[in-house]
Amino acid sequence: MRYVKPQSFEAAATLLHEEAGIARILAGGTDVLVQLKAEMVEPDLMVDLKHLPGMREIVAEDGGFRVGAAVSGAEMGEHAALKAMWPGVVEGVELIGSSQVQSRATMAGNLCTGSPAGDSVPAMVTAGAVARVQGPDGVRDVPVVDIPTGPGKNSLAKGEFITSILLPARPDTASDAYLRFIPRTEMDIAVSSAAVSLELDSDGVVTAAHVAVGAVAPTVLLVQDAGVALVGSKLDDAAIAGLVAAVEAACNPITDKRGTIEFRTKTAGVLAKRAAHIAYARAGGQA
Amino acid sequence: MAFDAQAERNFKVVGTRVTRPDGIDKVTGKAAYGADVSAPGMLHGRILRSPHAHARIVSIDTSAAKALTGVKAVVTGTDLAQPEDEAFADVAINCLARDKVLYDGHAVAAVAATSKAIAKQAIRLIKVNYEKLPHVTDVDEAMKPDAPVVQEGRALETVPAGMSQNVTTHCQFGHGDLEAGFAKADKIIERSFKTAATHQGYIEPQACMASLGSDGRGEVWCCTQGQYMVRANCAAALGVEESQLRITASEIGGGFGGKTSTFIEPVALALSRKAGKPVKIVMTRDEVLKATGPTISTSMDIKIGMTKDGRITAARGELRYSGGAYPNATVDMGAQAAFAAYDLEAVETVGWNAMTNRPKEIPYRAPGAPTAIYAVESVVDELCQELGLDPLDVRLMNAARKGTRSSYGPTFNEIGLVATLEAAKAHPHYTAPLGPNQGRGLSCGFWFNFGGNTCVSLNINDDGTIGVVEGNPDIGGSRASISMMAAEELGVPYDKVRTVIADTSSLGFNDITDGSRVTFAVGLATIEAARAAIKEMCRRVAKIWDIDEEAVIWEDGCAKPAGPNAGTHPPMTLAEIAAIAGKTGGPIAGHHEVNADGAGVSFGVHLCDTEVDRETGAVKILRYTVFQDAGKAVHPDYVEGQMQGGAVQGIGWALNEEYIYGEDGRLQNAGFLDYRVPVASDLPPIETVILEIPNPGHPYGVRGVGETPIVPPLAAVSNAVSRAAGVRMTELPMSPPRLLKAMTG
Ligand SMILES: Cc1cc2nc3c(=O)[nH]c(=O)nc-3n(C[C@H](O)[C@H](O)[C@H](O)COP(=O)(O)OP(=O)(O)OC[C@H]3O[C@@H](n4cnc5c(N)ncnc54)[C@H](O)[C@@H]3O)c2cc1C
Repeated sequence: MRYVKPQSFEAAATLLHEEAGIARILAGGTDVLVQLKAEMVEPDLMVDLKHLPGMREIVAEDGGFRVGAAVSGAEMGEHAALKAMWPGVVEGVELIGSSQVQSRATMAGNLCTGSPAGDSVPAMVTAGAVARVQGPDGVRDVPVVDIPTGPGKNSLAKGEFITSILLPARPDTASDAYLRFIPRTEMDIAVSSAAVSLELDSDGVVTAAHVAVGAVAPTVLLVQDAGVALVGSKLDDAAIAGLVAAVEAACNPITDKRGTIEFRTKTAGVLAKRAAHIAYARAGGQA
Repeated sequence: MAFDAQAERNFKVVGTRVTRPDGIDKVTGKAAYGADVSAPGMLHGRILRSPHAHARIVSIDTSAAKALTGVKAVVTGTDLAQPEDEAFADVAINCLARDKVLYDGHAVAAVAATSKAIAKQAIRLIKVNYEKLPHVTDVDEAMKPDAPVVQEGRALETVPAGMSQNVTTHCQFGHGDLEAGFAKADKIIERSFKTAATHQGYIEPQACMASLGSDGRGEVWCCTQGQYMVRANCAAALGVEESQLRITASEIGGGFGGKTSTFIEPVALALSRKAGKPVKIVMTRDEVLKATGPTISTSMDIKIGMTKDGRITAARGELRYSGGAYPNATVDMGAQAAFAAYDLEAVETVGWNAMTNRPKEIPYRAPGAPTAIYAVESVVDELCQELGLDPLDVRLMNAARKGTRSSYGPTFNEIGLVATLEAAKAHPHYTAPLGPNQGRGLSCGFWFNFGGNTCVSLNINDDGTIGVVEGNPDIGGSRASISMMAAEELGVPYDKVRTVIADTSSLGFNDITDGSRVTFAVGLATIEAARAAIKEMCRRVAKIWDIDEEAVIWEDGCAKPAGPNAGTHPPMTLAEIAAIAGKTGGPIAGHHEVNADGAGVSFGVHLCDTEVDRETGAVKILRYTVFQDAGKAVHPDYVEGQMQGGAVQGIGWALNEEYIYGEDGRLQNAGFLDYRVPVASDLPPIETVILEIPNPGHPYGVRGVGETPIVPPLAAVSNAVSRAAGVRMTELPMSPPRLLKAMTG
């Protein structure tokens, strides 16, 4: 295995593109090093990108924030303005692992690892986050929702990697929330999860809503109908019932050691409902 | 050895909370655990394991592995001896399979190489040709006459003819007329229960370094609960004499019963014998979960009759345990413990063990008792609910006490159950208000405790300090407790005493650190060894003073003259006597060897409050209190630690821990992600109340405390959840999907 620290994004892209064997990017390493140790993968090339410009920075951009692909969960948690604007995204990232894992794990790594249960992904999806992707042919912007394609898979082409993720601007009367179900209280993997992002008008009526669920399908799902069910409401019972029904209808989970189809579907609806109430309260809405 | 008559003894050291002797080494990383020792020229061993639940080994081709540069030895089952003794043979076959692999993870071959990477590569080059066989992992399935047979010809004579060959053990306990008893009942409840196998979950994986020369002399450094047990298992598996093996127990990172057998030491020795170099083997967590001891998995039926005012009229239990792929007698202990907390006129327990394609069961704190008592205490709780009775009053009304003929035969002596129940009743926890979706559960627990073979040697050093040499690895703070008892008896400060754990060549035989025996038995032997040393010191002083030995007494760490003809000599301190020992007859020491009995059974009562989330099946433990009779708490911190640790492990067993097998008979959760032990944030502070009802069998009244605390939590949690959820739970673990299903139908 070769470990390389390239001196530019372009050099990194070329290196990754030209590697004939298995290549991995080293961000926090909290997935990839564990896989190495468990002998699940033996990469021929490990490319460390943490030192490249902007990778470890959070910068304001067009009213939103651009988060470098090597920024750790802990660093995001300590960024007050980011947390105030996207509390759901930050709480998703902060749920990953323990303090030790937090000091390393990244949102980009969580996204690219392609787990349907990745904790930072649903809220990034409901936030409409956009990943900046560097490849051998240059740079492109890709909505986060389009990156995962199935367990352990993503849509990035050979030689491509994420350099940053943009969390866009949003109005003050808007907020988000993320919840996951785990059998314990920490150090666990989501059996189901849900993120909700809402925008309200001055009367507290929902004007825009996005709902995403995790661990209930091969990828995180953006459930359009669930968002539609909330728009125009103040989260009354009928709207919530519509949200839950839409979420349950969208779920396409498996039964495994962590939960049954039935359990995952039911709890995804429950979490979406609870997350909607939290996001609504955070956005200043009063039911 | 009887409880000292001086009942109102004023302890000076015993009962205080002194600093633990191993603390600094552990927190600074200095403590040497199983994997921490290395030797010049050492090789790295690695084990190849079966991917199948059950298969015949047709052939093993190790030629490619042997040919790899850096590989110094390859061994398979035929490199170990075939001991005649069945227990030793099972251990050897479990270390390296011979004709068949019996479970997913069963060791098949091993290599020793100059690096870990080469060893890993070599393992992949070994070609095993398997013929897959049908498998069975469920105990009820395994008992069916047409079930796949795990091993043939292993049933004991007690097993009736015509059953599946997997059934190896049958036992029965009880007394009285069941039929008449049930006829007197106003309410009878009969229920069936299932519990999943759980693992001890110690933090330190098994690790060893072993060396065996062509002269047949060997050394093993390993983490174990019993170096003498390792010696016996290794001697049998290697076909060498015990005197030629010296086993040193390392510092140990948890055991809970799980390190009372051997898995890797014979393999490392066999590799070393071939390679001519020391070999180190360190298990991975995956290997630990797949191939070391989980507890039994069970299926149980319990029937109890009660009058409307709460008296139990008859009780019957049928327990079906599986201890994995080998014969196993843990069900005997479950069947004996099941109804031990009750004073019953008519009681019967019947137990069966059936082999399954699972790893060999290894004891886990109070083996056999938690599951049986879970089932019994669940039915008692349900009867209380149905009859509208207070569950504590019902326990008190039916509690076993001094003179009760126990459900398993013996008549109880001084026991602390009633006092423990009364303490629980008086505690504010029992009457604290509960909110919606909350429930309170209660359970009694019982464990036999054990004494066993013990040697202690106590040396009076020339500077007046004390060295205690004992032979039981310290898994719960026993070095501190033993030093405390030596200090108490000798009348010297605690910090003048250092207790060390001997290797097998430095002290006579000791039973394993198990059965909650060490503070009791080693403590007892230490007190006796100290008394022997005191006697010798008094003899020396009598010589100096030129008076009769009987005229010298030992008080507050000094020899003093006593009696009419003793004269008026100033007292001589232990240090003064030690300093001139060379002039009065040579070094002074005391020793004691005993097969200790009188361990004294132990009871505990646990209270647990839970809240259930009706929409997700999540359970929150709100409050938890442990009441237990410790006889005498030598070091209360450690006693509380045992009570809290047992409660936490039991909570894990009740809520989330389980061995999950797929259709293919392979273990699906061999890691701490999906084998879910509780994490700190899952738990409230565990409150403890220590009771001290002296054990008549120990000079200070000590009882073992290490196992009883894991017994009640299964039922305490299940009863709390059942009451909170409004539905009776009968299967463990009560994982959220299972609980949600039970609540929503
Ligand atoms: C103890 C523990 C607990 C955990 N708990 C959780 C949890 O609660 N929730 C959860 O979701 N996850 C959890 N994880 C998994 C892991 O921590 C997260 O997925 C984390 O976000 C991964 O980020 P990383 O930076 O460490 O990724 P890495 O391990 O560095 O990389 C992960 C994968 O992404 C690729 N990659 C990384 N960066 C980029 C990039 N910029 N562009 C393209 N590809 C890239 C790598 O090639 C690799 O395949 C846990 C892991 C551990 C060890």
